[in-house]
Amino acid sequence: MGHPVHLVIDGQPHDLTVDPRTTLLDALRDHLGNMSPKKGCDHGQCGACTVLVDGRRLNSCLLLAVSLDGAEVLTSDGLAPDGELSAMHAAFLEQDAFQCGYCTPGQICSATGVLREAADGRPSVVTDDHVDDQPIELTEDEIRERMSGNLCRCGAYVNIVAAVQQAAGASTASEGTDR
Amino acid sequence: MRPFDYARADDPAGAVAAVAERPDATYLAGGTNLVDHLKLGITAPDLLVDLGRLDLADIEELPDGGLRVGAMVRNSDLAADPRVRRDHPMLSRALLSGASGQLRNAATTGGNLLQRTRCVYFQDPTTPCNKRAPGSGCSALGGYTRYHAILGASDACIATHPSDMAVALAALDATVVVLGAGGETRIPVTQLHRLPGDEPERDTVLEHGDLITAVELPPPASGTRSTYRKIRDRASFAFALVSVAAVLDLDPDAAQPTVRSARIALGGVAHAPWRARRAEQLLAGAPATRESFRRAAAAELEQARPVEGNEFKVTMARGVMVSVLAELAGLGEENEEPHDE
Repeated sequence: MGHPVHLVIDGQPHDLTVDPRTTLLDALRDHLGNMSPKKGCDHGQCGACTVLVDGRRLNSCLLLAVSLDGAEVLTSDGLAPDGELSAMHAAFLEQDAFQCGYCTPGQICSATGVLREAADGRPSVVTDDHVDDQPIELTEDEIRERMSGNLCRCGAYVNIVAAVQQAAGASTASEGTDR
Repeated sequence: MRPFDYARADDPAGAVAAVAERPDATYLAGGTNLVDHLKLGITAPDLLVDLGRLDLADIEELPDGGLRVGAMVRNSDLAADPRVRRDHPMLSRALLSGASGQLRNAATTGGNLLQRTRCVYFQDPTTPCNKRAPGSGCSALGGYTRYHAILGASDACIATHPSDMAVALAALDATVVVLGAGGETRIPVTQLHRLPGDEPERDTVLEHGDLITAVELPPPASGTRSTYRKIRDRASFAFALVSVAAVLDLDPDAAQPTVRSARIALGGVAHAPWRARRAEQLLAGAPATRESFRRAAAAELEQARPVEGNEFKVTMARGVMVSVLAELAGLGEENEEPHDE
């Protein structure tokens, strides 16, 4: 029944034996005690479980741990090694981008993925069809579209957008907003 | 979740053999739909054959200028590929219209085609559903029908296919490469998905054990323009009420701009991506005017048989078709007033 899986979680190697039904989220929380990713809907709809797997943001609730042998997983905890906050963490604090905080680790991982995807010139549906290799500027529209897989029941969206923009190095003061 | 065995496939033929010999075995690709279904109890396989290590994650150029997209290419990678963005912006837009950033990073080309309907009754094992439990009845008829079919449905099932990507592939006339126990076959993507008829449990023409290994895109026809537009209940991360993928080939040198050919597919309206063949026939050789587009859209939607609660989708599909074709023809913005004939 048990399958061996080697995972590197937040920089630490782990050898686990898992039932194939175990999701990465349950492996992290129940097997390894890493409570950073949260279980919100457990169906890929809320984004609270978002982690970075080999650099890509994914819903850990929809991944079977057994299929990830050899993967490197980063949680929001791992993005702040030894408690040293990343620019994204700091921006969430400075912009007051959360209330209860339950969705925040998923938001942080997702937003960290968004920064990388935009820097790599990967389009969203609100990006112009025009093709070039240039990094994509994270306007408010781009951030809202790219972060749509992360729900916040407290409704901190306005400040989450500001935090992602701050972390992206955009000047929130000079960025035009219509609201 | 019921227990199951797990095996990692080393090559496509081995994967096919492993699934073909076990009636309740199935493939695991990105898992975004399957793992959800395991949790919901919609499906209970006794073996998962993991395709994650197969060498099917590349996009290769074909001798004819087309592209061969491996079945394990992730939706986000396909949408970002510069060749796809340049030659088939409609496909890139369709992919990026679907799901969320996280899901697109996991979902695969093959899995996207084979995802199941999001009919709320199909996804709820406590309700009758002919697709999930053949012969048990259809709970959607007389129920919540906002996301259900207006074209090609049957008394047994009014579910819709949820994919955006498949709608664009239908308008592109893409080809699906399938490896089965008897070898490799090639199926036009427009023939992959079935209408429900009296066997709604069968989404596609594939047999148990068949494995999609690639999708082939034809070379872009020069001078054509294409786009994808999706109408949904919220601005992002929602399934289509109606979507339209269209490729328009115009003759700009004619005295009056004329449609050489149009290829149009509708999403959110049927059990399969719906190629609008009637509209296409009417448009071939017709002047590229709003009037032509209205006539073609009306002819296509004449076949519509909405049920109580989704009548609005007939008007919506007509309007979006006209609006998309007008955009591709460069006719500028003009609101399509809903008009009931």
